[in-house]
Amino acid sequence: MIVTLNKEWMVIVREIDVIPFRNRIKEYAVKIGMSLVNQTKVITAASELARNMLKYANGGKVLIEVVSKGRENGLRLTFRDEGPGIPDIRLALQDGYSSGKSLGLGLPGTRRLMSEFNITSEVGKGTTVTVTKWKNG
Amino acid sequence: MEKIPILRMGKVLLVTIQVDLYDRLAETLEADLVHMIKKTDAEGVLIDISAVSIIDSFMGRIIGNISTMSKILDAETVVVGMQPAVAITLVELGLPLKGILTALNVEKGMELLRSKMASRETSGEGEDDDSYTE
Repeated sequence: MIVTLNKEWMVIVREIDVIPFRNRIKEYAVKIGMSLVNQTKVITAASELARNMLKYANGGKVLIEVVSKGRENGLRLTFRDEGPGIPDIRLALQDGYSSGKSLGLGLPGTRRLMSEFNITSEVGKGTTVTVTKWKNG
Repeated sequence: MEKIPILRMGKVLLVTIQVDLYDRLAETLEADLVHMIKKTDAEGVLIDISAVSIIDSFMGRIIGNISTMSKILDAETVVVGMQPAVAITLVELGLPLKGILTALNVEKGMELLRSKMASRETSGEGEDDDSYTE
C-alpha cells in the first residue's frame, strides 16, 4: 500500500515557473535521501512533463507527494492540465513521435526515467500524468 | 533579460553556464553564440556545463544545434564538464548527443579544440600545396 507522507501543489503557467518547481523537487528528493542519479532523473522527467503542459495546455498544476510503500520512500508527481487532451496515447508514447516540433522524447523518455508512469487523457478535457520514482528504484 | 555571457579568448569563444537553464535562456544563448562566431571570426567554441545539474530534451537539442550551427559557420564546438548523473539521464532519456565533441574538463576541452583547429590549418595548407603542383 502506498501512503502519502507529505504533499504540495504547484502551479506552472510560465516557462520561468519551471525553475522553482525543479528546485522544490530537488529539495524533496534530497530530504528522502535519493541518490544523485535518481534525483537527476526525476528532475529531468519533471522538466519534460512541465514543458509538455506549458506547450500543449498553456500550463497546469502539479501535485508533489512524498510517498511510502513498505520501507521504501519515493516521490510521486501528478501533472494535471485542462488542455486539448491527447487523442492517441499509444502514439504519443512512441519514441520520435511528436505533434509539435520537438524531438518526441518527452513522454517515452520520461517513462524510461521513472519507476512508474501513468497517463490518462480525455480530448477536450485535459491530461493527467502521474509518475513515481522510488528512492532506490 | 537574463543572458549567459560569452567570453572571447583569441579565436575561441568561451561559455560557462553557471545558472539553471530554462528554454528561453537556452534559445537566447544559441542565437547569441551564432552571431558572436560570425562577429569575431571565432574558430572554436568551448561550452562548460559543469555547473548544470539538469539537461532535458529541449536543452540537449539546443546544445546539438549550437554544435551543428557553428560547424556550418566553420567553427568547432566542444562541450566540457558534464556531470555523470546528467550523462546517465540523457542516455536513458534517449538523447545521446551524437556527433557532439565532449571533454572531461575545460583543460582537456581546450586541448581538443586546439588540436581540431590546428589540424584544420595544416589540412588547409595541404590543399594549398596541391593547388600549386597542379
